[in-house]
Amino acid sequence: MKARGSVFKYGDNVDTDVIIPARYLNIADPVELATHCMEDIDTEFVKNVKKGDIMVATKNFGCGSSREHAPQVIRDNGISCVIASSFARIFYRSSINIGLPIMESEAAANAISAGDEVEVDFDTGLITDITTGETFQAAAFPPFLQNIISAGGLLKSLKEREDNK
Amino acid sequence: MAMTMTQKILASHAGLDSVTAGQLIEANLDLTLANDITGPVAIREMEKAGFDHVFDKNKIALVMDHFAPNKDIKSAEQCLTCRNFAGKHEVVNFFDVGQMGIEHALLPEQGLVGPGELIIGADSHTCTYGALGAFSTGVGSTDLAAGMATGKAWFRVPSAIKFNLTGSLPKYVSGKDVILHIIGKIGVDGALYRSMEFTGEGVASLSMDDRFTICNMAIEAGAKNGIFPVDDKTREYIKGRVNREVTEFAADADAVYDEEYTINLSELRPTVACPHLPENTKTVDELGKIEIQQSVIGSCTNGRIQDMRDAAAILKGRKVKKNVRTIVIPATQTIYLQCIEEGLAKIFVEAGAILSTPTCGPCLGGHMGILAHDEKAVSTTNRNFVGRMGHVSSEIYLANPAVAAASAVAGYIIDPAELED
Repeated sequence: MKARGSVFKYGDNVDTDVIIPARYLNIADPVELATHCMEDIDTEFVKNVKKGDIMVATKNFGCGSSREHAPQVIRDNGISCVIASSFARIFYRSSINIGLPIMESEAAANAISAGDEVEVDFDTGLITDITTGETFQAAAFPPFLQNIISAGGLLKSLKEREDNK
Repeated sequence: MAMTMTQKILASHAGLDSVTAGQLIEANLDLTLANDITGPVAIREMEKAGFDHVFDKNKIALVMDHFAPNKDIKSAEQCLTCRNFAGKHEVVNFFDVGQMGIEHALLPEQGLVGPGELIIGADSHTCTYGALGAFSTGVGSTDLAAGMATGKAWFRVPSAIKFNLTGSLPKYVSGKDVILHIIGKIGVDGALYRSMEFTGEGVASLSMDDRFTICNMAIEAGAKNGIFPVDDKTREYIKGRVNREVTEFAADADAVYDEEYTINLSELRPTVACPHLPENTKTVDELGKIEIQQSVIGSCTNGRIQDMRDAAAILKGRKVKKNVRTIVIPATQTIYLQCIEEGLAKIFVEAGAILSTPTCGPCLGGHMGILAHDEKAVSTTNRNFVGRMGHVSSEIYLANPAVAAASAVAGYIIDPAELED
Protein backbone atom coordinates (compact mmCIF):
# COMPACT_ATOMS: atom_id res chain seq x y z
CA MET A 1 0.00 0.00 0.00
CA LYS A 2 1.23 3.47 -0.85
CA ALA A 3 0.30 7.03 0.02
CA ARG A 4 1.17 10.15 -1.91
CA GLY A 5 0.58 13.80 -1.25
CA SER A 6 2.06 17.20 -0.60
CA VAL A 7 3.73 18.02 2.67
CA PHE A 8 2.78 20.17 5.64
CA LYS A 9 5.98 20.66 7.62
CA TYR A 10 6.34 21.44 11.35
CA GLY A 11 9.19 21.57 13.85
CA ASP A 12 10.12 19.96 17.18
CA ASN A 13 7.73 19.14 20.03
CA VAL A 14 4.42 19.74 18.25
CA ASP A 15 2.15 19.13 21.23
CA THR A 16 -1.38 17.79 21.32
CA ASP A 17 -2.63 21.14 22.66
CA VAL A 18 -1.78 22.78 19.36
CA ILE A 19 -2.92 19.80 17.28
CA ILE A 20 -6.32 20.15 18.91
CA PRO A 21 -6.72 22.79 21.64
CA ALA A 22 -8.44 21.58 24.81
CA ARG A 23 -11.07 24.32 24.54
CA TYR A 24 -12.65 22.24 21.75
CA LEU A 25 -12.60 18.90 23.59
CA ASN A 26 -16.21 19.34 24.65
CA ILE A 27 -17.12 18.74 20.99
CA ALA A 28 -18.29 15.18 20.39
CA ASP A 29 -18.86 15.50 16.63
CA PRO A 30 -15.65 14.38 14.85
CA VAL A 31 -16.39 16.50 11.76
CA GLU A 32 -16.74 19.72 13.75
CA LEU A 33 -13.71 18.83 15.88
CA ALA A 34 -11.50 18.31 12.82
CA THR A 35 -12.07 21.90 11.66
CA HIS A 36 -9.86 23.11 14.56
CA CYS A 37 -6.84 20.91 13.79
CA MET A 38 -3.49 22.80 14.13
CA GLU A 39 -5.22 26.17 14.32
CA ASP A 40 -3.08 27.60 17.13
CA ILE A 41 0.13 27.27 15.09
CA ASP A 42 -1.18 27.08 11.50
CA THR A 43 -4.50 28.69 10.68
CA GLU A 44 -4.05 27.72 7.00
CA PHE A 45 -3.77 23.95 7.55
CA VAL A 46 -7.46 23.07 7.57
CA LYS A 47 -8.14 25.40 4.62
CA ASN A 48 -5.39 23.94 2.44
CA VAL A 49 -5.12 20.26 3.36
CA LYS A 50 -6.24 17.75 0.71
CA LYS A 51 -7.01 14.08 1.10
CA GLY A 52 -3.77 12.08 0.93
CA ASP A 53 -1.48 14.90 2.07
CA ILE A 54 1.42 14.11 4.36
CA MET A 55 2.49 15.74 7.62
CA VAL A 56 6.19 15.90 8.44
CA ALA A 57 7.72 17.11 11.71
CA THR A 58 10.95 16.70 13.63
CA LYS A 59 11.35 15.32 17.15
CA ASN A 60 8.77 14.41 19.81
CA PHE A 61 5.66 14.89 17.66
CA GLY A 62 2.41 14.67 19.62
CA CYS A 63 3.87 15.33 23.07
CA GLY A 64 1.70 16.37 25.99
CA SER A 65 -1.84 15.30 26.63
CA SER A 66 -3.11 11.77 25.93
CA ARG A 67 -6.10 13.10 23.99
CA GLU A 68 -6.79 10.70 21.15
CA HIS A 69 -8.63 13.56 19.52
CA ALA A 70 -5.16 14.60 18.24
CA PRO A 71 -4.36 11.68 15.91
CA GLN A 72 -8.09 11.52 15.17
CA VAL A 73 -8.35 15.07 13.78
CA ILE A 74 -5.17 14.61 11.73
CA ARG A 75 -6.61 11.41 10.26
CA ASP A 76 -10.03 12.98 9.72
CA ASN A 77 -8.46 15.86 7.76
CA GLY A 78 -7.31 13.31 5.21
CA ILE A 79 -3.63 13.11 6.18
CA SER A 80 -2.36 9.79 4.83
CA CYS A 81 0.82 9.55 6.90
CA VAL A 82 2.73 11.44 9.59
CA ILE A 83 6.50 11.24 9.31
CA ALA A 84 8.60 12.43 12.27
CA SER A 85 12.08 12.06 13.73
CA SER A 86 10.36 10.69 16.85
CA PHE A 87 6.87 10.51 18.32
CA ALA A 88 5.71 11.01 21.89
CA ARG A 89 4.75 7.57 23.15
CA ILE A 90 1.00 8.01 23.75
CA PHE A 91 0.55 9.61 20.34
CA TYR A 92 2.56 6.75 18.81
CA ARG A 93 0.37 4.02 20.27
CA SER A 94 -2.87 5.88 19.69
CA SER A 95 -2.02 6.40 16.02
CA ILE A 96 -1.47 2.68 15.57
CA ASN A 97 -4.60 1.90 17.56
CA ILE A 98 -6.87 4.15 15.48
CA GLY A 99 -5.31 3.56 12.08
CA LEU A 100 -3.37 6.77 11.43
CA PRO A 101 -0.24 5.66 9.56
CA ILE A 102 2.99 6.99 11.10
CA MET A 103 6.65 6.55 10.24
CA GLU A 104 9.81 7.34 12.19
CA SER A 105 12.71 8.62 10.09
CA GLU A 106 15.00 11.38 11.29
CA ALA A 107 16.66 11.71 7.89
CA ALA A 108 13.34 12.11 6.08
CA ALA A 109 11.99 14.49 8.73
CA ASN A 110 15.04 16.73 8.40
CA ALA A 111 15.30 16.66 4.61
CA ILE A 112 11.69 16.99 3.44
CA SER A 113 10.40 20.55 2.98
CA ALA A 114 6.92 22.04 3.13
CA GLY A 115 5.09 21.64 -0.18
CA ASP A 116 7.25 18.73 -1.41
CA GLU A 117 5.44 15.87 -3.11
CA VAL A 118 6.16 12.73 -1.09
CA GLU A 119 5.33 9.07 -1.57
CA VAL A 120 5.30 6.52 1.25
CA ASP A 121 5.38 2.76 0.71
CA PHE A 122 3.90 1.18 3.84
CA ASP A 123 5.01 -2.33 2.91
CA THR A 124 8.69 -1.51 2.55
CA GLY A 125 8.96 1.60 4.75
CA LEU A 126 10.44 3.52 1.83
CA ILE A 127 9.81 7.26 1.80
CA THR A 128 10.43 9.08 -1.51
CA ASP A 129 10.60 12.84 -1.84
CA ILE A 130 9.43 13.09 -5.46
CA THR A 131 10.26 16.80 -5.56
CA THR A 132 13.95 16.30 -4.70
CA GLY A 133 14.35 12.66 -5.75
CA GLU A 134 15.73 11.68 -2.33
CA THR A 135 14.70 8.39 -0.67
CA PHE A 136 14.67 7.40 2.99
CA GLN A 137 14.17 4.10 4.77
CA ALA A 138 11.89 4.23 7.83
CA ALA A 139 12.10 1.64 10.59
CA ALA A 140 9.72 -1.30 10.14
CA PHE A 141 7.02 -2.04 12.74
CA PRO A 142 7.44 -5.25 14.75
CA PRO A 143 4.97 -8.01 13.71
CA PHE A 144 2.85 -7.46 16.84
CA LEU A 145 2.10 -3.87 15.82
CA GLN A 146 1.85 -4.80 12.15
CA ASN A 147 -1.02 -7.12 13.12
CA ILE A 148 -2.92 -4.30 14.81
CA ILE A 149 -2.37 -2.06 11.80
CA SER A 150 -3.49 -4.67 9.27
CA ALA A 151 -6.58 -5.57 11.35
CA GLY A 152 -7.64 -1.92 11.06
CA GLY A 153 -6.89 -0.90 14.63
CA LEU A 154 -6.58 -2.29 18.13
CA LEU A 155 -10.24 -2.88 18.93
CA LYS A 156 -10.91 -4.63 15.65
CA SER A 157 -7.94 -6.93 16.23
CA LEU A 158 -9.10 -7.72 19.78
CA LYS A 159 -12.69 -8.30 18.68
CA GLU A 160 -11.49 -10.70 15.99
CA ARG A 161 -9.54 -12.57 18.63
CA GLU A 162 -12.52 -12.67 21.01
CA ASP A 163 -14.90 -13.84 18.29
CA ASN A 164 -12.47 -16.58 17.26
CA LYS A 165 -12.28 -18.02 20.77
CA MET B 1 18.58 -11.19 33.99
CA ALA B 2 18.48 -8.20 36.33
CA MET B 3 15.42 -5.98 36.06
CA THR B 4 14.45 -2.43 36.92
CA MET B 5 11.55 -1.85 39.31
CA THR B 6 9.25 -1.06 36.39
CA GLN B 7 10.27 -4.20 34.51
CA LYS B 8 9.52 -6.35 37.56
CA ILE B 9 5.98 -4.98 37.84
CA LEU B 10 5.40 -5.51 34.11
CA ALA B 11 6.78 -9.07 34.23
CA SER B 12 4.57 -10.00 37.16
CA HIS B 13 1.47 -8.67 35.41
CA ALA B 14 2.34 -10.48 32.19
CA GLY B 15 2.80 -13.79 34.00
CA LEU B 16 6.48 -13.89 33.08
CA ASP B 17 9.54 -14.57 35.22
CA SER B 18 11.46 -11.83 33.53
CA VAL B 19 11.27 -9.27 30.74
CA THR B 20 13.88 -7.25 28.90
CA ALA B 21 13.78 -3.76 27.43
CA GLY B 22 12.15 -3.66 24.01
CA GLN B 23 10.07 -6.81 24.56
CA LEU B 24 6.39 -6.53 23.61
CA ILE B 25 4.09 -7.98 26.27
CA GLU B 26 0.43 -8.16 27.14
CA ALA B 27 -0.21 -7.37 30.80
CA ASN B 28 -3.16 -7.63 33.18
CA LEU B 29 -4.54 -4.37 34.52
CA ASP B 30 -5.42 -3.59 38.14
CA LEU B 31 -7.28 -0.40 37.27
CA THR B 32 -8.32 1.62 34.23
CA LEU B 33 -9.11 5.33 34.41
CA ALA B 34 -10.86 7.81 32.16
CA ASN B 35 -12.24 11.32 32.61
CA ASP B 36 -15.02 13.40 31.07
CA ILE B 37 -12.82 14.31 28.05
CA THR B 38 -11.32 10.93 27.20
CA GLY B 39 -14.10 8.72 28.60
CA PRO B 40 -16.72 9.50 25.96
CA VAL B 41 -14.26 8.70 23.15
CA ALA B 42 -13.36 5.39 24.81
CA ILE B 43 -17.01 4.52 25.39
CA ARG B 44 -17.87 5.31 21.77
CA GLU B 45 -14.97 3.23 20.42
CA MET B 46 -15.79 0.32 22.72
CA GLU B 47 -19.42 0.25 21.67
CA LYS B 48 -18.57 0.76 18.00
CA ALA B 49 -16.28 -2.28 18.11
CA GLY B 50 -19.10 -4.39 19.55
CA PHE B 51 -17.84 -4.88 23.13
CA ASP B 52 -20.93 -4.91 25.31
CA HIS B 53 -19.36 -5.69 28.68
CA VAL B 54 -16.60 -4.40 30.97
CA PHE B 55 -13.95 -6.76 32.31
CA ASP B 56 -14.52 -5.86 35.96
CA LYS B 57 -16.90 -3.20 37.23
CA ASN B 58 -14.68 -2.75 40.32
CA LYS B 59 -11.55 -1.96 38.30
CA ILE B 60 -12.80 0.97 36.26
CA ALA B 61 -12.58 4.54 37.47
CA LEU B 62 -14.43 7.37 35.72
CA VAL B 63 -13.75 10.84 37.09
CA MET B 64 -15.70 13.91 35.95
CA ASP B 65 -13.00 16.52 36.56
CA HIS B 66 -11.90 18.33 33.40
CA PHE B 67 -14.85 20.45 32.31
CA ALA B 68 -16.84 19.75 35.47
CA PRO B 69 -18.85 21.16 37.12
CA ASN B 70 -20.16 21.32 33.55
CA LYS B 71 -19.04 24.55 31.92
CA ASP B 72 -21.51 24.37 29.03
CA ILE B 73 -24.07 22.14 27.38
CA LYS B 74 -21.50 20.20 25.36
CA SER B 75 -19.53 19.39 28.50
CA ALA B 76 -22.72 18.37 30.26
CA GLU B 77 -23.43 15.93 27.42
CA GLN B 78 -19.92 14.43 27.78
CA CYS B 79 -20.48 13.82 31.48
CA LEU B 80 -23.90 12.38 30.73
CA THR B 81 -22.34 9.87 28.33
CA CYS B 82 -19.99 8.74 31.12
CA ARG B 83 -22.77 8.70 33.72
CA ASN B 84 -24.99 6.54 31.52
CA PHE B 85 -22.13 4.14 30.80
CA ALA B 86 -21.32 3.89 34.51
CA GLY B 87 -24.97 3.18 35.27
CA LYS B 88 -25.32 0.57 32.55
CA HIS B 89 -22.20 -1.33 33.57
CA GLU B 90 -22.59 -0.72 37.33
CA VAL B 91 -19.18 0.92 37.46
CA VAL B 92 -18.38 1.21 41.16
CA ASN B 93 -15.83 4.00 40.98
CA PHE B 94 -17.74 6.66 39.09
CA PHE B 95 -16.98 10.06 40.59
CA ASP B 96 -19.42 12.84 39.80
CA VAL B 97 -19.58 16.40 41.15
CA GLY B 98 -19.71 16.14 44.93
CA GLN B 99 -17.43 13.13 45.14
CA MET B 100 -15.04 13.89 42.36
CA GLY B 101 -11.65 15.48 42.63
CA ILE B 102 -8.81 15.87 40.17
CA GLU B 103 -8.26 12.25 39.16
CA HIS B 104 -4.57 11.90 40.01
CA ALA B 105 -5.05 13.30 43.50
CA LEU B 106 -8.32 11.44 44.00
CA LEU B 107 -7.32 7.88 43.10
CA PRO B 108 -4.39 7.64 45.54
CA GLU B 109 -6.42 9.40 48.24
CA GLN B 110 -9.27 6.90 47.83
CA GLY B 111 -6.90 3.93 47.94
CA LEU B 112 -7.74 2.87 44.39
CA VAL B 113 -4.07 2.57 43.47
CA GLY B 114 -1.36 0.87 45.49
CA PRO B 115 2.24 -0.38 45.40
CA GLY B 116 3.10 -2.96 42.75
CA GLU B 117 -0.10 -2.41 40.81
CA LEU B 118 -0.46 -1.73 37.09
CA ILE B 119 -2.75 1.09 36.06
CA ILE B 120 -3.52 2.68 32.71
CA GLY B 121 -5.45 5.90 32.34
CA ALA B 122 -6.69 7.88 29.39
CA ASP B 123 -4.91 10.91 30.74
CA SER B 124 -1.23 11.58 30.28
CA HIS B 125 -0.64 12.38 33.96
CA THR B 126 -1.66 8.88 35.01
CA CYS B 127 2.07 8.38 35.62
CA THR B 128 1.50 10.10 39.00
CA TYR B 129 0.90 6.80 40.86
CA GLY B 130 4.53 5.79 40.43
CA ALA B 131 4.96 7.73 43.66
CA LEU B 132 3.35 4.73 45.40
CA GLY B 133 5.66 2.22 43.74
CA ALA B 134 3.09 1.32 41.08
CA PHE B 135 3.51 1.15 37.31
CA SER B 136 1.07 3.60 35.83
CA THR B 137 1.00 5.26 32.47
CA GLY B 138 -1.17 7.36 30.21
CA VAL B 139 -2.79 5.92 27.09
CA GLY B 140 -5.25 7.04 24.45
CA SER B 141 -8.97 6.37 24.54
CA THR B 142 -8.77 3.31 22.28
CA ASP B 143 -6.20 1.63 24.54
CA LEU B 144 -8.45 2.50 27.45
CA ALA B 145 -11.49 1.04 25.67
CA ALA B 146 -9.53 -2.17 25.10
CA GLY B 147 -8.50 -2.13 28.77
CA MET B 148 -12.07 -1.66 30.01
CA ALA B 149 -13.29 -4.47 27.76
CA THR B 150 -10.52 -7.04 28.25
CA GLY B 151 -8.58 -6.05 31.38
CA LYS B 152 -5.36 -6.14 29.39
CA ALA B 153 -3.03 -3.79 27.55
CA TRP B 154 0.03 -4.18 25.35
CA PHE B 155 3.33 -2.62 26.33
CA ARG B 156 6.80 -2.34 24.96
CA VAL B 157 8.99 -2.97 28.03
CA PRO B 158 10.92 0.25 28.68
CA SER B 159 14.54 0.75 29.59
CA ALA B 160 15.15 3.26 32.35
CA ILE B 161 17.03 6.30 33.53
CA LYS B 162 18.10 6.30 37.16
CA PHE B 163 17.93 9.45 39.24
CA ASN B 164 19.95 9.10 42.40
CA LEU B 165 18.64 11.66 44.90
CA THR B 166 20.84 12.90 47.73
CA GLY B 167 20.43 15.57 50.42
CA SER B 168 17.12 17.19 51.33
CA LEU B 169 15.08 20.11 50.00
CA PRO B 170 15.70 23.63 51.34
CA LYS B 171 12.92 26.00 52.41
CA TYR B 172 10.53 27.09 49.60
CA VAL B 173 11.77 24.27 47.37
CA SER B 174 9.49 21.30 46.71
CA GLY B 175 8.92 18.30 44.47
CA LYS B 176 7.92 20.66 41.68
CA ASP B 177 11.40 22.15 41.61
CA VAL B 178 12.97 18.68 41.55
CA ILE B 179 11.05 17.65 38.45
CA LEU B 180 11.37 21.04 36.70
CA HIS B 181 15.12 20.92 37.34
CA ILE B 182 15.31 17.42 35.85
CA ILE B 183 13.20 18.33 32.78
CA GLY B 184 15.39 21.39 32.26
CA LYS B 185 18.40 19.11 32.33
CA ILE B 186 17.21 16.28 30.05
CA GLY B 187 14.59 18.05 27.90
CA VAL B 188 10.96 17.36 27.05
CA ASP B 189 11.91 14.19 25.19
CA GLY B 190 14.86 13.31 27.42
CA ALA B 191 13.14 10.21 28.78
CA LEU B 192 11.09 9.34 25.67
CA TYR B 193 9.67 5.77 25.80
CA ARG B 194 11.62 5.14 29.04
CA SER B 195 11.09 4.89 32.79
CA MET B 196 12.39 7.44 35.24
CA GLU B 197 13.37 5.57 38.39
CA PHE B 198 14.04 7.70 41.46
CA THR B 199 16.24 6.24 44.15
CA GLY B 200 18.90 7.10 46.73
CA GLU B 201 19.08 8.32 50.30
CA GLY B 202 17.36 11.59 49.37
CA VAL B 203 14.08 9.77 48.71
CA ALA B 204 13.32 9.33 52.41
CA SER B 205 13.25 13.11 52.93
CA LEU B 206 10.58 13.63 50.26
CA SER B 207 6.95 13.72 51.35
CA MET B 208 4.38 11.66 49.47
CA ASP B 209 2.96 14.87 48.01
CA ASP B 210 6.44 15.76 46.67
CA ARG B 211 6.73 12.30 45.13
CA PHE B 212 3.30 12.56 43.49
CA THR B 213 4.33 15.89 41.94
CA ILE B 214 7.62 14.46 40.66
CA CYS B 215 6.03 11.37 39.07
CA ASN B 216 3.14 13.46 37.74
CA MET B 217 5.46 15.40 35.46
CA ALA B 218 7.53 12.43 34.24
CA ILE B 219 5.42 12.66 31.08
CA GLU B 220 6.75 16.19 30.50
CA ALA B 221 10.14 14.57 29.90
CA GLY B 222 8.46 12.12 27.52
CA ALA B 223 8.71 9.24 30.00
CA LYS B 224 6.49 6.19 29.99
CA ASN B 225 6.41 6.27 33.78
CA GLY B 226 8.14 7.64 36.84
CA ILE B 227 8.55 5.46 39.90
CA PHE B 228 9.71 5.66 43.52
CA PRO B 229 10.75 2.80 45.78
CA VAL B 230 8.27 1.77 48.49
CA ASP B 231 9.35 2.92 51.97
CA ASP B 232 7.83 3.70 55.37
CA LYS B 233 6.25 6.90 54.05
CA THR B 234 4.49 4.94 51.32
CA ARG B 235 3.30 2.33 53.81
CA GLU B 236 2.06 5.04 56.16
CA TYR B 237 0.20 6.75 53.29
CA ILE B 238 -1.64 3.65 52.12
CA LYS B 239 -2.61 2.60 55.65
CA GLY B 240 -6.40 2.82 55.91
CA ARG B 241 -6.68 3.59 52.21
CA VAL B 242 -5.56 0.44 50.41
CA ASN B 243 -7.37 -2.46 52.03
CA ARG B 244 -6.01 -5.25 49.85
CA GLU B 245 -2.75 -7.09 49.72
CA VAL B 246 -0.04 -5.24 47.85
CA THR B 247 3.33 -6.36 46.54
CA GLU B 248 6.43 -4.26 47.04
CA PHE B 249 8.83 -4.48 44.12
CA ALA B 250 12.40 -3.21 44.16
CA ALA B 251 14.89 -2.84 41.33
CA ASP B 252 17.66 -5.43 41.24
CA ALA B 253 20.95 -4.07 42.54
CA ASP B 254 22.58 -4.93 39.22
CA ALA B 255 19.74 -3.64 37.01
CA VAL B 256 20.99 -1.91 33.89
CA TYR B 257 20.13 1.74 33.27
CA ASP B 258 20.56 3.74 30.05
CA GLU B 259 21.75 6.75 32.00
CA GLU B 260 22.26 7.78 35.62
CA TYR B 261 22.02 11.21 37.17
CA THR B 262 22.73 12.34 40.72
CA ILE B 263 20.56 15.19 41.97
CA ASN B 264 21.55 16.86 45.22
CA LEU B 265 18.23 18.08 46.60
CA SER B 266 20.00 20.48 48.98
CA GLU B 267 21.37 22.47 46.05
CA LEU B 268 18.03 23.03 44.28
CA ARG B 269 16.46 26.49 44.11
CA PRO B 270 12.88 27.51 43.33
CA THR B 271 12.65 26.80 39.60
CA VAL B 272 10.40 28.24 36.91
CA ALA B 273 9.67 26.87 33.43
CA CYS B 274 9.27 29.71 30.94
CA PRO B 275 7.00 29.64 27.86
CA HIS B 276 6.38 27.51 25.87
CA LEU B 277 8.00 24.27 27.03
CA PRO B 278 8.51 22.73 30.48
CA GLU B 279 12.22 22.35 29.64
CA ASN B 280 12.75 26.13 29.48
CA THR B 281 13.76 26.30 33.11
CA LYS B 282 15.50 29.01 35.09
CA THR B 283 15.96 29.42 38.80
CA VAL B 284 13.66 32.17 40.03
CA ASP B 285 16.55 34.57 40.61
CA GLU B 286 17.67 34.25 36.97
CA LEU B 287 14.27 35.26 35.69
CA GLY B 288 14.23 39.05 35.64
CA LYS B 289 10.99 40.90 36.41
CA ILE B 290 8.06 39.07 34.82
CA GLU B 291 4.78 40.81 35.68
CA ILE B 292 1.74 38.54 35.92
CA GLN B 293 -2.01 39.00 35.70
CA GLN B 294 -2.98 35.61 37.11
CA SER B 295 -1.70 33.05 39.59
CA VAL B 296 -3.10 29.52 39.59
CA ILE B 297 -2.45 27.23 42.54
CA GLY B 298 -3.87 23.75 41.98
CA SER B 299 -4.03 20.90 39.42
CA CYS B 300 -3.06 17.22 39.47
CA THR B 301 0.52 18.43 39.87
CA ASN B 302 0.14 20.76 42.85
CA GLY B 303 -3.38 20.68 44.29
CA ARG B 304 -2.63 18.50 47.34
CA ILE B 305 -2.75 19.53 50.98
CA GLN B 306 0.99 20.24 51.23
CA ASP B 307 0.62 22.58 48.25
CA MET B 308 -2.31 24.35 49.90
CA ARG B 309 -0.32 24.71 53.13
CA ASP B 310 2.74 26.03 51.29
CA ALA B 311 0.63 28.66 49.51
CA ALA B 312 -1.27 29.62 52.67
CA ALA B 313 1.97 30.05 54.63
CA ILE B 314 2.96 32.74 52.13
CA LEU B 315 -0.47 34.39 51.86
CA LYS B 316 -1.17 34.51 55.61
CA GLY B 317 -1.52 38.14 56.67
CA ARG B 318 -0.73 39.36 53.15
CA LYS B 319 -2.83 40.55 50.22
CA VAL B 320 -2.46 39.56 46.61
CA LYS B 321 -1.52 42.45 44.35
CA LYS B 322 -4.49 44.29 42.88
CA ASN B 323 -5.23 42.95 39.39
CA VAL B 324 -3.52 39.61 39.95
CA ARG B 325 -6.36 37.12 39.75
CA THR B 326 -5.37 34.43 42.23
CA ILE B 327 -7.16 31.12 41.84
CA VAL B 328 -6.66 28.38 44.41
CA ILE B 329 -8.06 24.95 43.57
CA PRO B 330 -7.80 22.15 46.13
CA ALA B 331 -7.69 18.94 44.12
CA THR B 332 -10.29 16.90 46.00
CA GLN B 333 -13.26 17.36 48.32
CA THR B 334 -11.17 15.99 51.20
CA ILE B 335 -8.43 18.55 50.57
CA TYR B 336 -11.08 21.26 50.20
CA LEU B 337 -12.45 20.33 53.62
CA GLN B 338 -8.95 20.25 55.09
CA CYS B 339 -8.43 23.78 53.77
CA ILE B 340 -11.52 24.87 55.67
CA GLU B 341 -10.71 22.98 58.86
CA GLU B 342 -7.10 24.13 58.98
CA GLY B 343 -8.07 27.75 58.40
CA LEU B 344 -6.39 27.89 55.01
CA ALA B 345 -9.63 28.81 53.27
CA LYS B 346 -9.91 31.94 55.43
CA ILE B 347 -6.30 32.88 54.65
CA PHE B 348 -6.89 32.54 50.90
CA VAL B 349 -10.10 34.55 50.87
CA GLU B 350 -8.73 37.26 53.15
CA ALA B 351 -5.69 37.55 50.90
CA GLY B 352 -7.96 38.25 47.93
CA ALA B 353 -7.68 34.83 46.28
CA ILE B 354 -10.61 32.64 45.30
CA LEU B 355 -11.03 29.08 46.51
CA SER B 356 -12.61 26.87 43.85
CA THR B 357 -14.30 23.52 43.94
CA PRO B 358 -12.05 20.75 42.50
CA THR B 359 -11.58 20.92 38.73
CA CYS B 360 -8.80 20.70 36.13
CA GLY B 361 -10.33 23.93 34.75
CA PRO B 362 -7.66 26.50 33.89
CA CYS B 363 -4.73 24.06 33.53
CA LEU B 364 -5.89 23.03 30.08
CA GLY B 365 -7.65 26.25 29.19
CA GLY B 366 -11.05 24.73 29.90
CA HIS B 367 -12.68 27.20 32.27
CA MET B 368 -12.21 28.91 35.66
CA GLY B 369 -9.37 31.22 34.68
CA ILE B 370 -8.71 31.63 30.96
CA LEU B 371 -6.08 34.13 29.80
CA ALA B 372 -6.67 36.99 27.33
CA HIS B 373 -4.16 38.00 24.65
CA ASP B 374 -0.65 38.82 25.87
CA GLU B 375 -1.53 38.02 29.48
CA LYS B 376 0.95 36.18 31.68
CA ALA B 377 0.26 33.71 34.44
CA VAL B 378 2.36 31.97 37.03
CA SER B 379 0.88 28.54 37.55
CA THR B 380 1.56 25.40 39.56
CA THR B 381 0.20 23.31 36.68
CA ASN B 382 2.26 21.10 34.38
CA ARG B 383 2.24 22.52 30.85
CA ASN B 384 3.06 25.91 29.38
CA PHE B 385 2.43 25.11 25.72
CA VAL B 386 1.15 27.71 23.25
CA GLY B 387 -2.49 28.50 24.03
CA ARG B 388 -2.68 25.98 26.87
CA MET B 389 -4.45 28.35 29.31
CA GLY B 390 -6.20 30.57 26.81
CA HIS B 391 -5.24 32.96 24.02
CA VAL B 392 -2.36 31.84 21.77
CA SER B 393 -0.34 34.92 22.72
CA SER B 394 -0.76 34.36 26.48
CA GLU B 395 2.14 32.97 28.49
CA ILE B 396 2.42 30.49 31.35
CA TYR B 397 5.29 30.25 33.81
CA LEU B 398 5.29 26.97 35.72
CA ALA B 399 6.35 27.12 39.36
CA ASN B 400 5.82 25.62 42.82
CA PRO B 401 2.94 26.75 45.09
CA ALA B 402 5.12 28.97 47.33
CA VAL B 403 6.46 30.82 44.28
CA ALA B 404 2.98 31.16 42.76
CA ALA B 405 1.62 32.56 46.03
CA ALA B 406 4.54 34.94 46.57
CA SER B 407 4.28 36.11 42.96
CA ALA B 408 0.58 36.84 43.44
CA VAL B 409 1.53 39.14 46.33
CA ALA B 410 4.37 40.86 44.48
CA GLY B 411 2.64 41.13 41.09
CA TYR B 412 5.66 39.62 39.39
CA ILE B 413 7.43 36.29 39.67
CA ILE B 414 9.48 36.29 42.84
CA ASP B 415 11.44 34.07 45.20
CA PRO B 416 9.28 33.63 48.33
CA ALA B 417 12.34 34.38 50.46
CA GLU B 418 12.29 37.95 49.13
CA LEU B 419 8.94 38.59 50.84
CA GLU B 420 10.65 37.98 54.18
CA ASP B 421 12.97 40.97 53.77
